[in-house]
Amino acid sequence: MNMAMKKLINDSDDVVDEMLDGMTAAYPDMRRLPDTQVLVRDDAPVDGKVGVVSGGGSGHEPTHGGYIGDGMLDGAAAGDVFSSPTADEFEALLNETDSGEGVLAVIKNYEGDVMNFETAIEMVEMEGTDVATVVVNDDVAVEDSLYTSGRRGVCGTILVHKAAGAKAAAGADLDEVQRVAQKVVDNVGTMGMALTSCITPEKGEATFDLPEDEIELGIGIHGEPGTERTDVMSADEITEELTEGVLDDLDLDEGQEVVTIVNGMGGTPLMELFVVNRKLQELIGDHGLETWDAWVGDYMTSLDMEGASITVCAVDDELKELLAAPADTPGLTVQ
Amino acid sequence: MSGDAAAIVAAVEAVAERIQAERDHLTDLDSAIGDADHGGNMARGWAEAADAVADLDDPDAQTAVKTAGKTVLSEVGGAAGPLYGGSLVFASQELEGGITPETAVAFAETYLEKVQDRGDATVGDQTMVDALTPAVHTFKKSIETDDLSPLEALAKAVAAAEAGVQFTVPIRASKGRASYLGWRSVGHQDPGATSTLYIMEELLDTAADQLDSEVPDVDASSPTIPDAEAAEN
Repeated sequence: MNMAMKKLINDSDDVVDEMLDGMTAAYPDMRRLPDTQVLVRDDAPVDGKVGVVSGGGSGHEPTHGGYIGDGMLDGAAAGDVFSSPTADEFEALLNETDSGEGVLAVIKNYEGDVMNFETAIEMVEMEGTDVATVVVNDDVAVEDSLYTSGRRGVCGTILVHKAAGAKAAAGADLDEVQRVAQKVVDNVGTMGMALTSCITPEKGEATFDLPEDEIELGIGIHGEPGTERTDVMSADEITEELTEGVLDDLDLDEGQEVVTIVNGMGGTPLMELFVVNRKLQELIGDHGLETWDAWVGDYMTSLDMEGASITVCAVDDELKELLAAPADTPGLTVQ
Repeated sequence: MSGDAAAIVAAVEAVAERIQAERDHLTDLDSAIGDADHGGNMARGWAEAADAVADLDDPDAQTAVKTAGKTVLSEVGGAAGPLYGGSLVFASQELEGGITPETAVAFAETYLEKVQDRGDATVGDQTMVDALTPAVHTFKKSIETDDLSPLEALAKAVAAAEAGVQFTVPIRASKGRASYLGWRSVGHQDPGATSTLYIMEELLDTAADQLDSEVPDVDASSPTIPDAEAAEN
């Protein structure tokens, strides 16, 4: 690590390992599988319940391990910073969370994540474990990017975890759990922006150059390029760019109920996220939509990047019931 | 250890050394179009794979290939782990009866099929498939139709893979990490196709060594070598 950079990091090689040990020390309801970077709920596999798991590169906390708990995930594999977990880690995760009812794997659309999860799934299926998948691709900003073919999976993933987790907790079978997860994927859109670059522990310096007076619209959660670099705009103007981008893509009917998320990228004060949410709700109203629930917070971050993303998801009675169901996790609690 | 398994152990060792020697070159190719990690990740993974197969106690050929694949899968990571390692694990089941011309063809075809499925790529996408496809088709035709010796067939396959690598230069990436570059990927040699060629060259050299033969001189005629000149026009 670049010593000029002040960080609470001992050694960049150990950062994920030490983070995971810190998480299990904070949350006794989770445990770490030996010799892996996999966290599972302590009582996994839960008897009679479909497992719901996820995973991906680290640096997006509380995603994914932070959503382990009642009503959401049974476990999650953590890769190195911004790198997919390997197939053997996903394999260990799937094996540990299958109670015999099968497991839903929630995969964000990045090539490494998809290929390693798919390889692991083939291996556990040979041993008789049933696995269903959903691939989340909610980022409306770019079609192909440094890490993906097709759209990227970003903050909308949290809603997939929530809906699928609630359905599994209610005792539904694997097909049903997969169906509601896909329903969220089909109805959600996200767009993000960055005020500053993130700093990866390995490099110890900004991942991309963003001049003091410019911002990047459509940024990905690894600092990969967005759609447009522009001069700094006001919070309201930025909110409008993101919201219009998402709503254009979703093309919702007037009167549609939605869940909105204003998600912080890791380095943005909550104060600013609420400023964004204020304008977001005004725009939702202008479009004739109705906010059923509004979330504001750091749900899927990009290390210390300053910036935010806006997620909108159209909800029907079924999704409302699932999103309102109880969840008890470090990253999201619904009572 | 069976002769087949000894050949696999020697081949994995040779691949590890070759990838290590070409590490910087692969990284340079990758940094032009991707994220500059191909050389380092592959070198690390294959070195581990060479250690893992050397540590096996009297393996058969299938076990040796499967072990190499599993190690590459978990040590290389990213997309390359599943593509190079996962496909080896999967294709290793074709070698249950040891290595014969027939099982070698089945192994090659299954490997190719797995890489294509996993990467969702076909010839012309500027990926490793561009090297692998003509190589596997040439190998199969040489064995099954042209009645060549396995060593000659492998030599023709390597020549076909080489032509495939050259084919990646003038075309536009439409799969894999380079695809987001669109037309900017034109003019770059694909690192995955290149490392695939290196692996095949080491298989050929090892096979010749094991048979105490010279690497045969062959031309690159093949039913499925893509035509780089046609792609340019």
